[in-house]
Amino acid sequence: MRWLNRPASDTQITHRDRLWLYVVAAIIMLLLVIPTFIVMPMSFSDSQYLEFPPDHWSLRWYEVYFESSKWMRATVTSLQVGVLTMLVATPLGTMAAYALFVSGHRASRAIFTLLITPMIVPVILIAIGAFYAYGRVGLNNTITGIVLAHTVLAAPLVMIVITSALRNYDLNQERVARSLGATRIKAFFVITLPQIKFSVVTASLLAFLTSFDEVIIAIFVSGGSNATLTKHMFAALRDFIDPTIAAISTIMILVSTTLLLATQFIGKRDKR
Amino acid sequence: MTTSAVSAPRGKGMNEEALRKQEVGEQRLLLSLATPALLAVVAVVFIPVGWLFYLSFMGNDGQFSLQHYAKMIEYKSYARVFITTFEVSILTTLICILIGYPLAYFLAMLPPRLAGFFMLAVLLPFWTSLLVRTYAWLVLLQKNGLLNDFAISIGLWDTPLKLVHNLTGTLIGMAHIMLPFLVLPLYGSMRKIDRDLMQAAANLGASPGQAFRQVYFPLSLSGMVAGSLIVFVLCLGFYVTPAVLGGGRVVMVSTQITAILENQYDWGAASALGVVLLVATLAILFAATRLFKLDAALFGKH
Repeated sequence: MRWLNRPASDTQITHRDRLWLYVVAAIIMLLLVIPTFIVMPMSFSDSQYLEFPPDHWSLRWYEVYFESSKWMRATVTSLQVGVLTMLVATPLGTMAAYALFVSGHRASRAIFTLLITPMIVPVILIAIGAFYAYGRVGLNNTITGIVLAHTVLAAPLVMIVITSALRNYDLNQERVARSLGATRIKAFFVITLPQIKFSVVTASLLAFLTSFDEVIIAIFVSGGSNATLTKHMFAALRDFIDPTIAAISTIMILVSTTLLLATQFIGKRDKR
Repeated sequence: MTTSAVSAPRGKGMNEEALRKQEVGEQRLLLSLATPALLAVVAVVFIPVGWLFYLSFMGNDGQFSLQHYAKMIEYKSYARVFITTFEVSILTTLICILIGYPLAYFLAMLPPRLAGFFMLAVLLPFWTSLLVRTYAWLVLLQKNGLLNDFAISIGLWDTPLKLVHNLTGTLIGMAHIMLPFLVLPLYGSMRKIDRDLMQAAANLGASPGQAFRQVYFPLSLSGMVAGSLIVFVLCLGFYVTPAVLGGGRVVMVSTQITAILENQYDWGAASALGVVLLVATLAILFAATRLFKLDAALFGKH
């Protein structure tokens, strides 16, 4: 326990004086992490009530989930929408971020602000607005409609990730390529893109997660055979606590944790 | 640039003009790359929200009218909704500051590598579905839930407390979900504080407490204000957690909007509430950015 008496900072504080801080921080971090992960063991319970720890372990609720055509269809829809959103939002956001970063036009700051408004406008308002407008053009309950709305939510995230990648990148390399005869497009794909590719991958994973986890817009504009997983989960939560939700939650936690760890791992590779 | 154009020989001046034109043309071409994203935002956010704005000024007879806004002032139920919304938002923000400050401070004191590891405790829940986290709290806080069972077994209280489907549950869930939005900018601003300043304070005879209060804390304020602002504004429009953990007893603006649409299908009234929510959000953001010059702090992080 010698380390307790060593200085912990630039002032005269020792680790012993800081002990309270370590304890407080540990409690807070546990409170942050435990509530999410406690659902996982509960999902393997045999009982129809949620127990911790479960008396008898079983895969009962996973069977319910995998054998229900409603949940399966919703899962497929969510994956479909997530992947499509990723495929649309990533190029859209990357193009916009590149354009605004490189052009230096005086309007680019204003355009950037316009493009990130979906992060500022309360999502409930976007949801009911889209629901109303989609009703007029027949986009409600369609994959196109929900992908379009999710793209608008995800594109700002992509822009922010790509803009910060471009900040760490020396644009002169592209100028050199162009002075040697490459077109701007070729210079981008051959010189710039390979050097920001990990950020592009990170951005696309975040775009997927944004769509996959999105609830409010999905509640309003998705439905029928195209209802998303989150829409069904939300409806189930309001009625009663079904352990099937614990099983689905466990799967969702695994998906987002894997993707997050992937972004943590990948994200650092662009910046050497 | 203009002076060189004036003093340069005629030929070069003409060339410069052409170059300038080409540059402007190129800038425009580049900007056009942002058009698809811009079109999507216009189609999904600007036109629909503009439409709602228009609807909020339409009376039930199809004529221009302020009846939906007048109702908000007349009926007490609306006042209660606004008060609840602000109450929940302010309390959540305060809880986040109380919990988030020590956590961010702890992380900022660690060597960067270790801080990156512990940061996962903030980032993992941050990227876990909000619905899943809300569900988890529902499970934990129920009458026969884990928290009640645990507290009774160690003798904290005797009979199960009602922790969910009320304000308590809503606040617990919302604080859990909002905490990362406070911790991330706060941590960012704490990392930027020059450690030499603390040494200087110590050299000049400040006790650790004094150095913290007079040097460190004021310097961390910008991050704290930015984080609290994000939390507060997000809380104002929050829907999922109050709807599930509030159990219908915590009626916020967003839950009221959906209730109006579900029960009365009254687009005018729902739109008017939405417009008030948007205006309040923008006004608070605008005032705060003016007051604290937060641009960089707000949009630089996350």
